[in-house]
Amino acid sequence: MTETSEAPSGASRAEDGVEPLLKLRGIDKHFGPVQALYGVNLDLPAGQVTGLCGDNGAGKSVLTRCIAGAHQPDHGQISFEGRPVHIRSTRDAAALGIETVYQDLALADNLDIVQNMFLGRERLRRGLLDEDSMEKQAGETLSTLRVTTVRSIRQPVASLSGGQRQAVAVAKAVMWNSKVVLLDEPTAALGVVQTRTVLDLIERLRDRGLAVMVISHNLNDVFEVADRIAVLYLGRMVAEGPAADFDRQSVVEYMTTGTFSGRPFEPAASATGEA
Amino acid sequence: MSADAGEIPAEKADAGTAVDLTLDPAAAAADVPAEIRAQSLGQYLRDLRQQIRGGNSGVLPVILGMVLVAIVFEIITPEHAFLRPSNLVYIFALSTVYMVLAMAETVVLLLGEIDLSVGAVAMIGGVIAFKLVQQPGPGWPWWAAILAALVGCGAFGALQGTVTAQLKIPSFVVTLAGFLLCSGILIVVLGGADGNVNLNTSVASQRVIYDLVQGLLTPVVGWIVLAVVVAAAGINMWLRAAARRRQRLVAPPAGLTAIRLALVALLGAAVVVLCSINRGTLVVKVAGVPWVIPIVLVVLGGWTVLLSRTRFGRYVYAIGGNAEAARRAGVRLPAIRIWSFALCSATAALGGILLGSFFFGEYSTNTADPGQLVLYAVAAAVIGGVSLFGGRGKPLHGVLGGLLIGSIAYGVSLLNLGQYAPPLEYILPGAVLIGAVLVDVLSRRGTGGVTRV
Repeated sequence: MTETSEAPSGASRAEDGVEPLLKLRGIDKHFGPVQALYGVNLDLPAGQVTGLCGDNGAGKSVLTRCIAGAHQPDHGQISFEGRPVHIRSTRDAAALGIETVYQDLALADNLDIVQNMFLGRERLRRGLLDEDSMEKQAGETLSTLRVTTVRSIRQPVASLSGGQRQAVAVAKAVMWNSKVVLLDEPTAALGVVQTRTVLDLIERLRDRGLAVMVISHNLNDVFEVADRIAVLYLGRMVAEGPAADFDRQSVVEYMTTGTFSGRPFEPAASATGEA
Repeated sequence: MSADAGEIPAEKADAGTAVDLTLDPAAAAADVPAEIRAQSLGQYLRDLRQQIRGGNSGVLPVILGMVLVAIVFEIITPEHAFLRPSNLVYIFALSTVYMVLAMAETVVLLLGEIDLSVGAVAMIGGVIAFKLVQQPGPGWPWWAAILAALVGCGAFGALQGTVTAQLKIPSFVVTLAGFLLCSGILIVVLGGADGNVNLNTSVASQRVIYDLVQGLLTPVVGWIVLAVVVAAAGINMWLRAAARRRQRLVAPPAGLTAIRLALVALLGAAVVVLCSINRGTLVVKVAGVPWVIPIVLVVLGGWTVLLSRTRFGRYVYAIGGNAEAARRAGVRLPAIRIWSFALCSATAALGGILLGSFFFGEYSTNTADPGQLVLYAVAAAVIGGVSLFGGRGKPLHGVLGGLLIGSIAYGVSLLNLGQYAPPLEYILPGAVLIGAVLVDVLSRRGTGGVTRV
């Protein structure tokens, strides 16, 4: 690509009216009599980290699964790169370049790092697994994310610590030229140092120009990495905007009451590119 | 903006912490197979020692078990007959049945399931093949009869797999029902619990089935087969290591490859020498490698390639390790499960044909009990190192475990225990099975356990 001047430097944010990579409008989802999402709007711009906050039961996971193809919304529209798409399965999502890193990681303990990263998408050569090419590709992906493997990427995942497993899960998600990565509680089970490494990893994904969504309870982490913040309250998107428009107290109030000081969220004048 | 993820140079300045996958050395040594880390032979041996100390002992327990069994039975059998060449060859031949059944069971155990019907399915498969070559009777050619047995039993396995996978009933219940069903059908097709299907060895197609276990390669052919096997294994190992070095990936040290090859050649030569000793009389010489040994090697090779070098095999391991992860990765779980049960039953049918060949068509419950066969098959796989909890084990483990079980079964029968022999034939393998399960459980709990979280 020649247009390197547009290289994601952190400065080119989507507030300047650029169409977000992934756009959700009016997403409704109910399970039987229970309405989980009410007309949710959400933008995931490229090269930015969006923090999705919300209390338990606010609909964070349902919303994530709607994007990841695990659920289909009842109403509403999802646009990807400006054109409407229907994501009917996780395969559809993967084909668009949307990858999800689940909270419980979804790695097979008994398989090694390479085998896990290629699980379900193994490369074949003359009908047999092409281990060498997969190992090379996995090693390259890990090193571009600065996940150094001194010993071997052929060690079983069982031998890795929580942070290392999270790193493998993230690397697995970005190896497929993915454009959107959804991370569900990526730091929930991690210690301080490991949380740091995962947050660094998330920043690296942003620097590569990916649209990243981080679902987290931990506001420290959200404020550390998020460029934008979106808050769900009882299935409704009650606030969405640049992280600078929020502080800890306001996010907590939106999460627990849906309002701040009794008033609904009002986007700052220059904050949103469209009405 | 172009979000081209692949174009960001790796050396882009960034003060971020690198994620270091290096572990504390002890844990790494316990979990990482020595051959993927070692760059030199000396390091390999040191790593291997650490790995075994860490509880990840691989095939070591079963090999030690075999040495122990050989010593004990050599001492306690009358006239110290256990290690006579004729007896050892007999043990090889008998064990091949358990080896094949254990390999069949392995694929299902890897999924974290169990198939309790292998013994009964095996015997039905054997009876099908034996009946189909009868003349007068169907008079099928030997290959068609064997194929029919494999396909028929495979279909039954697929049925069990379908019920297990689609209706989400535990495989242990489904296959227990399958075992009882097949045990009953067996009595019907045999025409009574003590029936048998004799072969007329003067008819060519029946002769082939009879020869599967009873037939011998001449010593010269035995050596040629050995040379071909060793050469093929050597070339394969060498080419793979060379390809990895070419791509600048870690390859096992050449010395290690050579030593492994030498071990295979040495073991093979020992077997051929042993089988080439005259074990008949001075007048009627009996010498040579039984056909069944190369047959088992082919089955072992086929299963090894299928499980370690194909997508199907990878998914079997993935489901055994974390079924949810496999599902999210887009693996079609029911299909893999159904195929596994089908292949398990088809392989079991081959084991049943070998069993019939070994016992000259005596499929009566006096010579082989389907319940005991399945116990032996599971015991052989688990003793060999296949985990009962899924996700860990290789076909080779089934072969080694089968040899150990065969040694024990035959050793007990050599002891002339009279009325004590039948109970011991159950009690000893049962005790060994419990021991193997304990090793399995303890090693999971120890540092080497694959399922440690």
